[in-house]
Amino acid sequence: MPVNQIRVDDLTFCYNGLEILSDISFTVNKGDYLGIVGPNGSGKSTLIKNILGILKPQKGGINLFGQPLHMFRTWDKIGYLPQRLSALNTHFPGTVEEIVQLGLRGNKTPYLNQTLELMGIEHLSSRLIGELSYGEQQLTMLACALVSQPQLLIFDEPTTALDPETREHFYTLTEKLNRESGTTIILITHDTGVIGKYAHNLIYLDKKIIFSGTFKDFCTSPAMTGFFGPDSQHMICHQHTESDEVISNGTKRNI
Amino acid sequence: MELSEIFNYGFVQRAIIAGVLIAAICSLLGVFLVLRRFSLIGDGLAHITFGSVAVVLLIGISPFYVTLAALPIVMISSLVILKLTSTKRIQGDAAIGIVSSIGIAAGIILTSLSGGYNVDLFSYLFGNILTVNQTELILSFIVFLIVVATVVFFYHDLFAITFDEELARSMGIKTKKINIILFLLTALAAVLAMKVAGIMLVSAMLILPPLTALQLSISFKMTLIVATIFSVLSIISGVIVSFLLNLPAGGTIVIMNVFFLLLVFGVKKIPALQR
Repeated sequence: MPVNQIRVDDLTFCYNGLEILSDISFTVNKGDYLGIVGPNGSGKSTLIKNILGILKPQKGGINLFGQPLHMFRTWDKIGYLPQRLSALNTHFPGTVEEIVQLGLRGNKTPYLNQTLELMGIEHLSSRLIGELSYGEQQLTMLACALVSQPQLLIFDEPTTALDPETREHFYTLTEKLNRESGTTIILITHDTGVIGKYAHNLIYLDKKIIFSGTFKDFCTSPAMTGFFGPDSQHMICHQHTESDEVISNGTKRNI
Repeated sequence: MELSEIFNYGFVQRAIIAGVLIAAICSLLGVFLVLRRFSLIGDGLAHITFGSVAVVLLIGISPFYVTLAALPIVMISSLVILKLTSTKRIQGDAAIGIVSSIGIAAGIILTSLSGGYNVDLFSYLFGNILTVNQTELILSFIVFLIVVATVVFFYHDLFAITFDEELARSMGIKTKKINIILFLLTALAAVLAMKVAGIMLVSAMLILPPLTALQLSISFKMTLIVATIFSVLSIISGVIVSFLLNLPAGGTIVIMNVFFLLLVFGVKKIPALQR
């Protein structure tokens, strides 16, 4: 029987009286690779923030690893990369190493250097985060999410600042983590080319769940053309089938 | 007078010890406040301290216990600022402005009711570290221990919340609890710093040493340490200079803080030291 790592029941979230999410219910099982797509303002990031306890829903329940959210304590099981840091002060005096260590929640790990190397930022470890390019900052935050070797990884538009090669390296890495370590991945992205290539399941959100199921089913559903346009069948689904065979093995690439 | 003779005086010894402790308290808390854009909270709480001192003096509490008596009002006010800043429609600086205005207004009215400015209130407005008494010295030591213990024990949480509060919450950090602790400690620091720098200059104690350390572009841990070193150096040099030149201690300490900031600015301009 699959183990629920996330269970969302009838979640409704309002902001200033405006309903942002309405009656959302779904589960994420161990080993899933779930893609969440939807237009701008559809509530994708808000949904993740509710799941992580950053925002409080007006209605509904959230369970993480079998426990109600308010009782959940083992946060090192979850790695999260936000869409953007809410207010990164460019004068913030944190080094890359200090920022990545944040992901350890004060614990020790032998994987710190390994994670820095995996992201190709080991040479930046003593640099201040404010001195880095946006892409390097993003890799630092990725390393922060990965360093505790969490069972569940949540990425909110993770590759917006990355160049194509690093972006491909990132997606290959997530695929490898999912396949080899059974790490559950939730990926919010507008990068439509990679949705079908990596995600097993897909949620199409527009304040409520419009579609939930496999990518294959999504390709044949009316929600597909509604979101991606009339050429989507060819552009996304066909492209996915062809490129699916050329997934590389996740070797490190520096930016 | 020989420089070494200064340290033979009991009141100078008390001033230096209390000053060093308060400098360390202010600089440690100041790093978190400056980086979280709460720099002016010291100003706001100092103005509340002005109102509190006016209340204390009006009801006739001995000047010996003014610092202790002012504490509860200032601590409650710090929580009011925190509550207001968490209100989505009020920005942090506006929240500080509201509480600050109330403090000053209350202080002026109460001072007027008590027959105008007197010597005691004047000494709190402009500070006089050389009048630090035994109670304030003990209080400074206790608060110093609490602040150091808090920074060590909650280092990870404080670092996370300072870097990004939302990210900290996603890590399960109880950000509300940490904010309450930080604001209450800042209230304690503001009341203690009033004796060192005066109500008018409390925020300088919280802002200048962290700002000086931040110019050096060093790691977070080193920023905490270096800010404390600059703050302590400012206190010691400020007391000595003020004693030798017969200048007001509070103002001299703040000027020494500014001197170190300008010194770091100047050193950074040396081409060989630029990265």
